[in-house]
Amino acid sequence: MALLKVTNLKVWFHTRNGVVKAVDDVSFSVDAGQTLGIVGESGSGKSVCCYSLVDLIPKPPGKIEGGTALFNGEDLLTCSAQRMGEIRGNDIAVIFQDPMTCLNPYLTVGEQLIEPLLYHRGIKRPEARLQAIDILNEVGITNPERRFNSYPHELSGGMRQRVMIAMALIAEPKLIICDEPTTALDVTIQAQILKLLRELQQKRQVAVIFITHDLAVVSEVANDVLVMKNGKVVERGTTAELFANPKEEYTQKLIAAIPSGVKPLTESVPKATPLLEVNHLRTWFRDYSVGLFSSAALKLERNIKAVDDVSLTIQRREILGVVGESGSGKSTLGRAILGLAPRTAGQIIYDGQDITQYSARQMKPLRRKMQMIFQDPYASLNPRMTIFETLAEPLLVHGLANRKTVTAQVLELMDDVGLARAYIRKYPHEFSGGQRQRIAIGRAIATKPEFIVADEPVSALDVTIQAQILDLILELVNKHNLTMMFISHDLGVVRYIADRVLVLHRGKVEEQGITEELWAAPQADYTKKLLGAIPRFANAGM
Amino acid sequence: MLKFFFTRLLQAIPVLLVVITVTFFLVRLAPGGPFDAEKAVPPEVLKALEANYRLDLPVWQQYTSYVGDLVTGDFGPSFRYPGRSVNELIMAGLPASAELGLYALLVALVIGTLAGIIASLRPNTAQDYIPMSTAMIGICMPSFLLGPLLVLVFGIWLDWLPISGWGDMPGDKILPSITMGAGYAAYIARLSRGGMLEVLSQDYIRTARAKGLPERVIIFKHALRGGLIPVIAFLGPAFAGLLSGSFVVETIFQIPGLGRFFVQAAFNRDYTMIMGTTVFFAFLIVLFNLLSDVIAVWINPRLRHQAQGGH
Repeated sequence: MALLKVTNLKVWFHTRNGVVKAVDDVSFSVDAGQTLGIVGESGSGKSVCCYSLVDLIPKPPGKIEGGTALFNGEDLLTCSAQRMGEIRGNDIAVIFQDPMTCLNPYLTVGEQLIEPLLYHRGIKRPEARLQAIDILNEVGITNPERRFNSYPHELSGGMRQRVMIAMALIAEPKLIICDEPTTALDVTIQAQILKLLRELQQKRQVAVIFITHDLAVVSEVANDVLVMKNGKVVERGTTAELFANPKEEYTQKLIAAIPSGVKPLTESVPKATPLLEVNHLRTWFRDYSVGLFSSAALKLERNIKAVDDVSLTIQRREILGVVGESGSGKSTLGRAILGLAPRTAGQIIYDGQDITQYSARQMKPLRRKMQMIFQDPYASLNPRMTIFETLAEPLLVHGLANRKTVTAQVLELMDDVGLARAYIRKYPHEFSGGQRQRIAIGRAIATKPEFIVADEPVSALDVTIQAQILDLILELVNKHNLTMMFISHDLGVVRYIADRVLVLHRGKVEEQGITEELWAAPQADYTKKLLGAIPRFANAGM
Repeated sequence: MLKFFFTRLLQAIPVLLVVITVTFFLVRLAPGGPFDAEKAVPPEVLKALEANYRLDLPVWQQYTSYVGDLVTGDFGPSFRYPGRSVNELIMAGLPASAELGLYALLVALVIGTLAGIIASLRPNTAQDYIPMSTAMIGICMPSFLLGPLLVLVFGIWLDWLPISGWGDMPGDKILPSITMGAGYAAYIARLSRGGMLEVLSQDYIRTARAKGLPERVIIFKHALRGGLIPVIAFLGPAFAGLLSGSFVVETIFQIPGLGRFFVQAAFNRDYTMIMGTTVFFAFLIVLFNLLSDVIAVWINPRLRHQAQGGH
């Protein structure tokens, strides 16, 4: 008998704008020791589906409309609140996506860790502490006695996620629900966490439900896969079968949308004309925890070297990919080049002019030519401006349009980025993430720039949307002869879009080279580690 | 932590100095003087008075000598209560005001936080609306209305409690404390509801639920600390206000507190008394703001760490 058997689960949200069928007639089962992957894009209902099993959805507006979820023969959907408390503390654990926000910042790690033991097993504190230290050790936290008394903010993202895993394991549950447990983490940390989860699962024979949008991750961890879209199951099957031979069109589209392969080399790159040259650029920030009266040498040593001696050149019409993990300084590098972050030392030559010491007034004519696209299309658009206002503003500010021509120019821009003309008077909140990023791109190319810094432009987007936006960027680069610095933590994306790649680690350049050469034969150890950590399809030979 | 405390204490000095300077010159700019009376005072008497209170000196010398006295903790003699110093007058009124303020604060804290927490547990239901609309009324109702109302109901109709006095009869401290605390209780209720709602929607509360913790542990152990931070920030200025007395409440209930000095001093152009009460009030505000900041830092491990100079 399956450990968990969900039949015809229906979860609806009764909102002011009508009923949203978040989960609509979903059935699946999981056996002990097995992993079920649930894949889908945002809004597919994959998380709601699992949270409703352990009564973690907001009610109201959420309501379970039908179905059963038999866990060891007991229906989770109808059991009492008290019984659910016992089940959550003893049998089913959840690992959430974002370890930064899912641990209580006011309590020590140890205190949060031993809570299931204190409140469900009646174990006394000293003994619970020993068990917690054991389990911290098991999930690979060094110096667990000390970490037991740490607060969450003293730990890195990867360590916090290990703590979350330890917290899930400490009550020895039979089923663990993992909701995007590695999405917020860097690729090397992700590889470690996935390995850890696999080992622990085999050792303890627990069942795992692994929710993710990342197909490659699922192919690494799951035995069976369930593909969801708009609350319904699209396709199910064993992992090997489903990836080798996807039957449904949506599944095929999902798999195809993963950026794969390399950009064909643009043959027409004239070698001799670099558009941008950066020499020995440094951006250091003061560490304000160093006392005011400390010696100058200590202050210097404790400076945060976000960008440390970086040199690079970008040829005209070239896309330079900048990859690195969080904290590698890749965003600061992009901002410092545009003058949006301070520069401590170094030289920036743009189109033959040394712009390092330019004043704001001298920069103004160049601002038009140098633009930026930001990561989060939700935060970077002014919510009180219509698309028309957003796109017209840069045109008017830089005197590229007058009152008469501006509407026509904005419509042209909207055509360029693939937005329907009818949307011109709408506000950002009326658009999806992908559409918003199109608006943001439209704003960046409005002034007919030569050079664009794109800072993680697709990482907030779903995989199918991501593919569309990447293709849009490539199309625009060709059409408008753009030169681009493309910053991303996602190596697949960079490989897909960039002509050359620069690998950044702790503010320093580890390696740079033609994309495909670097992939084929990475020189630096760090690059090798980074490339080795990418999850690959077990069978599809990516 | 100590370093943080002393740095903040040093920062308070310029704040106080600005308050002193501005008040000093403002009261002298206002028309009228301490010895203006309906009946003209003979010039030689006026001269003697002014010499006695150093009012014959140029204003800047008055200022420097006043600041000089302040540094030694001397607020100077009162202009309208001959033979008594401002220090004496403040010390005479302070005990009653401070006691009243303390009780009022307790009333405000207990009722306010409880109401706020209860309301936040079931937002947008009767359990939320009832305490919150009561709080709204509490904020809107001035103490010169609430005080007499309470006196009427509990003092006269029900005859449970004395209607005025301070320490003369058992229970005569209850009504003034409630009158004074009610507005603050209402404010604290709204703040703690907001804070709790914010915290209860955090991901880490969901984590706590996912661990199957009992509801009381979730509320009191996981949510309360973060939820009360806005209240703590409010407590500093609130406590200073409560301690320095209330003219209205003290008048209604005949309490020999500080509040009346504020008002009388202004009417009488009692320069040193105005200065004394203002500086004293400013000092309390600075002090209690500092204390509430220290508590906020101490509660939040993140800030505590920074204050200790680690990272």
